[in-house]
Amino acid sequence: MTIATAGPSSPRQLAWARRRRSAARFSRQLLSDRAGVAGLAVLVFFVVVALAAPLLVSASELSATAGRGNPDLAPPSAEFPLGTDEIGRSVLAQLIWGARISLFIGVVATLVAVVIGSTVGVTAGFVGGRTERLLMAVDDWFLVIPFLPLAIVLAAVLGSSATTLAVVIGVTSWAGSGRLLRAQVLSVKERLFIERSRALGASGWHIVTRHVLPHTAPLILANAILTVPGAILAESTLAFLGFGDRLQPSWGKMLEGALSSGALTVGAWWYYWPPGLCIVAVVLAFTVVGRALERILDPRLVDRPMSR
Amino acid sequence: MTGSAVLSVRDLHVTYHGSSGAVPAVRGVSLDVHEGETVGVAGESGCGKSTVAMALLRLLPAGTRTDGEILLDGEDVLAMRAGRLRAVRWAGASIVFQGAQHALNPVQRIGDQITEALRVHNIKGTKAGSLLELVGLPTRRADAYPHELSGGQKQRVMIAMALACDPRLLIADEPTTALDVMVQAQVLALLERIQSERGLATIFITHDLSVLSYVADRLVVMYAGRVAEEGPAAAVLDDPQHPYTRALAGAFPTIGDSASRFAPAGLPGDPPDPAAVPPGCAFHPRCPVVIDACPLTDVELRPVGDGDRRAACLLVPTVAGTLS
Repeated sequence: MTIATAGPSSPRQLAWARRRRSAARFSRQLLSDRAGVAGLAVLVFFVVVALAAPLLVSASELSATAGRGNPDLAPPSAEFPLGTDEIGRSVLAQLIWGARISLFIGVVATLVAVVIGSTVGVTAGFVGGRTERLLMAVDDWFLVIPFLPLAIVLAAVLGSSATTLAVVIGVTSWAGSGRLLRAQVLSVKERLFIERSRALGASGWHIVTRHVLPHTAPLILANAILTVPGAILAESTLAFLGFGDRLQPSWGKMLEGALSSGALTVGAWWYYWPPGLCIVAVVLAFTVVGRALERILDPRLVDRPMSR
Repeated sequence: MTGSAVLSVRDLHVTYHGSSGAVPAVRGVSLDVHEGETVGVAGESGCGKSTVAMALLRLLPAGTRTDGEILLDGEDVLAMRAGRLRAVRWAGASIVFQGAQHALNPVQRIGDQITEALRVHNIKGTKAGSLLELVGLPTRRADAYPHELSGGQKQRVMIAMALACDPRLLIADEPTTALDVMVQAQVLALLERIQSERGLATIFITHDLSVLSYVADRLVVMYAGRVAEEGPAAAVLDDPQHPYTRALAGAFPTIGDSASRFAPAGLPGDPPDPAAVPPGCAFHPRCPVVIDACPLTDVELRPVGDGDRRAACLLVPTVAGTLS
């Protein structure tokens, strides 16, 4: 690693120079991973579409009466690029607005799950003793409780706006990452540099934030990436079962509509293929980007030949 | 031996409590380290020398019982509250760990790790770069990750780190183990230079007597959690009084001496299990000059000659010249 040393400058300038260098290195490494770039492109596309939905399609096209006068279950045409649903509404309009809900719920639910899971896992692993036993008992309880009934009950009690749904999904899906992180913290805790840090007078908080968390970050990230598709699928499941905001379409709700309207039987592929493919594309993109990020963020994996 | 005692350990007992019951790893160790002095602690694996090092800053696992007195600059470490203890760690005494490889966080830059102690203790003004220069590494290595450094460089980083808070006492726990001989010599020379420049009190723990003969002013030889012999390093190595020290010194071949080549000296057997230390003198089952009284007498350290040497062996005549 050769670094051209600039002339004498203040520590602040040096720090910024170092940050600029690592940002440049980060983007260079990300760009050298072709799968990661492809995944990122897909994600950016969906995020842009989701954010720009109000500009692309008017929200009025989603109402139950919007399809009046249009042919029902019509195949793709110039007017409806992805055809119409069973009450004559544009499938494309729903797909675009659906991206909003699916991504929003996927990301928010993941944030909730990751925050709860890492807090519980890291606390249990690092503190140990009675705290650990108590937290792990709670974790086990969430791990064994069947997801669907709990989520349905919570959704029924708390109402079914998109935010509530996201929280419900997050609260019911943190248990796995909690256990995983505790295991990782238990192994990191025994490393010599933790003892060194303790020897130099560091507090527990310092050790957790400076040493334990950076060491579990790749795991947290990988876990988050795997939670997003799960959360998107969970949202689809709940939407499929009739939960979720009735006025806001999501990909899961479109699949439900396709099933209940008999679109699968009559072969109206334009109704169920697009949402299905969108779910697959987003799930895959998250996974691929997550892998690429993990490779960059963990210096131990740098300079190894890429596995693909 | 000038200056006052930076560290004064009196009758230190450390007992681990494992699943198999109490394990007395250190059974009554006393030692003093003065300013500018290097005390070498030698002994086989499992004799308690690292336990002593960790006990000095109360770094032993929870549930370990530590008794006795550890005075660091006159203040009893064992009686300190948690906050005061954290403040004393590194600022009063710092440690160069064995295995620099693992004592560095692999995902943090060297510079950040060196300044970690400064951040923890809220010390401003010292820079990672100047500490790196002190140990002979270029300033820009602060940007490197541990895996980009060689073993010797990592050990230098550990030393730089140990000096960050300008401690009074440096505890070097096998700092040159796992380094090749050339690098070992460089690291030792570096430690010695820094020690004499700063007047540091140093405890140097190793099983390698050749290293100790090079760095130590005084030598403490431990066996089974006790001090077997202590005294000025040169005197102890040249004329060991305790049969264990004799065996250790003899196991270190003299280059050019054909006798030691053809009849390598060594010590049969292993050090005793700390959970089941033999009665009387713990060394008697392996001792080449054992006498009947050995398994029966709990031998205290007794003065040797007229110097400040002491050895715990019945065969060492007491000052009065009689066997007790």
